[in-house]
Amino acid sequence: MEIKSMHFKANASAKLANVVLQGNLKNAKGKFVTKRAEAIKDLDDFEATRDAAEAIRNKVIDNLDLWLERFEQKAQDTGATVLWAKDGAEVCRLVIEIAKKHGVKKVTKSKSMLSEEAGLNHALEAAGIQPVETDLGEYILQVDNNEPPSHIIAPAVHKSLDEVADLFHKVHGTPRKTEIPALTREAREVLREHFLTAGMGLSGGNFLVAETGSVALVTNEGNGRMVTTMPKVHVVITGIEKVIPTLEDLSTLMRLLPRSATGQSISNYFSILTGVKKPEESDGPEHLYFVLVDSGRADVVGTDFHAMLRCIRCGACMNHCPVYQTIGGHAYGWVYPGPMGSVLTPLYAGMENSIDLPHAATLCNQCGIVCPVKIPLPDLLRKLREKQTERGLRPITERIGLRLWAWVAQQPKLYALGASIGARYLKWLAGDTNRIRLLPTAPEWTLGRDFPAPQGKTFRELYAARRKRTGDKP
Amino acid sequence: MRVGLFVTCLVDLMRPRIGFAALKLLETAGCEVIVPDTQTCCGQPAWNSGDAPGAIALAKKTIAEFEGFEYVVTPSGSCGDHIRTEYPTLLSEEPEWRDRATALASRTYELTDFLVNVLKVDSVPGDHEGSITYHDSCTGLRSMGIKEQPRALLAKMKGVSLKEMNHCEECCGFGGTFSVKFGEVSAAIAERKCDNILASGAQAVVGGDLGCLLNIEGKLRRMGNETTQVLHVAEVLAGRV
Repeated sequence: MEIKSMHFKANASAKLANVVLQGNLKNAKGKFVTKRAEAIKDLDDFEATRDAAEAIRNKVIDNLDLWLERFEQKAQDTGATVLWAKDGAEVCRLVIEIAKKHGVKKVTKSKSMLSEEAGLNHALEAAGIQPVETDLGEYILQVDNNEPPSHIIAPAVHKSLDEVADLFHKVHGTPRKTEIPALTREAREVLREHFLTAGMGLSGGNFLVAETGSVALVTNEGNGRMVTTMPKVHVVITGIEKVIPTLEDLSTLMRLLPRSATGQSISNYFSILTGVKKPEESDGPEHLYFVLVDSGRADVVGTDFHAMLRCIRCGACMNHCPVYQTIGGHAYGWVYPGPMGSVLTPLYAGMENSIDLPHAATLCNQCGIVCPVKIPLPDLLRKLREKQTERGLRPITERIGLRLWAWVAQQPKLYALGASIGARYLKWLAGDTNRIRLLPTAPEWTLGRDFPAPQGKTFRELYAARRKRTGDKP
Repeated sequence: MRVGLFVTCLVDLMRPRIGFAALKLLETAGCEVIVPDTQTCCGQPAWNSGDAPGAIALAKKTIAEFEGFEYVVTPSGSCGDHIRTEYPTLLSEEPEWRDRATALASRTYELTDFLVNVLKVDSVPGDHEGSITYHDSCTGLRSMGIKEQPRALLAKMKGVSLKEMNHCEECCGFGGTFSVKFGEVSAAIAERKCDNILASGAQAVVGGDLGCLLNIEGKLRRMGNETTQVLHVAEVLAGRV
């Protein structure tokens, strides 16, 4: 997918000015946060479950090659073909090859963020193969001129009911409907035809189970089942970090994933798919392919950002992020938004292409607190800031300013003088009022709020004066 | 009990009365309080901006200034946590300094935490009257566990009634340098916080970190609110200084 993260700041401004979007974000925020808070109460010991989940994910990513080989062997034993893709281009090439081999003209898709990374829909269309998104949110976006998702589990969360009603009326050429069930039924009618005629189904994978060679799929709409069982060919595209050792581990992670994601104790559908259709079975694909994608993941192993590979893509970090809640996902400019995206985008799509993202966080650590696998997101964002500085990617004025400030802060007398002047300058700016309406040294601050006036003298000045008065020695 | 008061750079520059309030609270509780006059900044802005060398230099400076005290107390959860949690991390590659950082960390407290859990004070000198709502600042809350301490102290004040706002634990949008790098987003987050403050109906919003309070006060005033007081918890607890 084309990266637009370098325009984060301008994008964020536009999103703030978008009244409809602001309303939609406000609605979504409450639902995600409240439902998750309720759902985790079911667990006897939420924190212990998080510890267990963290341990499972660490076990895998610390020896990723071994677990992948084990998965590959088991998957092959079940009749599946395991293919490896180094990057997005290779994902597209492999999937098109598979489609051509089986004479496929139409592909139904269940949600896959990896296919967004790879820009797969575009590549399929260019190769004369029709991709049809069947997740309702993804379908809405596809028929809206291939708009990218703004959330990893709720791709069309930025749209309102009204907007979807207008869109369906326009693209389906049907009378405008305003009730959600009616709109859903309309999408189902369109999609049903595609389910019946597609030659290949394409899905992501929430987990790959090494013990059995299975893929686990967590969905809510049933489209996943249609995609993975109806066509003769099923292709699973997922990142190499999604492997886990056992079904027992899957059950632990599944206690956390739906609760953290949508506040459900279990998703409406939960499938564990193993191998191709056996002679005695009535349904399932005749051909099953796994396309396991690196796209930068292997390079993260063993680095300062290793913990990021634990991510199970629940979206809780963005749901709870004050910045995401305020601007939505599109402003982040690539596949993954919110705190996890601000770590992943620099790692997978280039640090130099996403300079703003690691800084676009208040470091409030709400994300770290809700993460089901305990990824220390603020620490990783901070580490990325450090890497940017090391690589000379920050603006020169900022680097010099920081250096100068840090140097002055090591010279107490000079610092005291600077602070005294600063306090007086700010007081002078405020004049007779108790506020500064335009702060020349930091105009960003006063874009949307005042800057309160200081008292006018520093603590150290007043403290020294007091001690002099009372005769105390400092 | 010899206590070193870390005033914080922001209090020094903007609101000296918070420093004096902290001083009064500690002295009233029987502490001998020293305010090292060479103190400047804990280095958190450098650390959060990706300037590790600057952050390390300021950490060493602060450790050297404060390690002689029995306790270090600061009227900020954010600066307190930087000393307590981050110093040992950012000095992890220099064993001697790491050990000195760790030793200091275990004796470093946020003001209300210190008053409640170390000094176990029975009363506070302030005589503030009116309703207040409390904003939990992120780092103090999530890294240092500052939640009940300020409320317990405020509950000792006869004239004060607490009216909790909705989402009191949500970030106000300050975020240090975030507030000047992404001013519009920061102010939009602050607006949500201020809406909740106003909806609480409290006469004053009180918190334990000056950065958040400047952000909240600036937003309230820009929104046209002139009446809601914005106060540091130390000011409320100490009364006149």
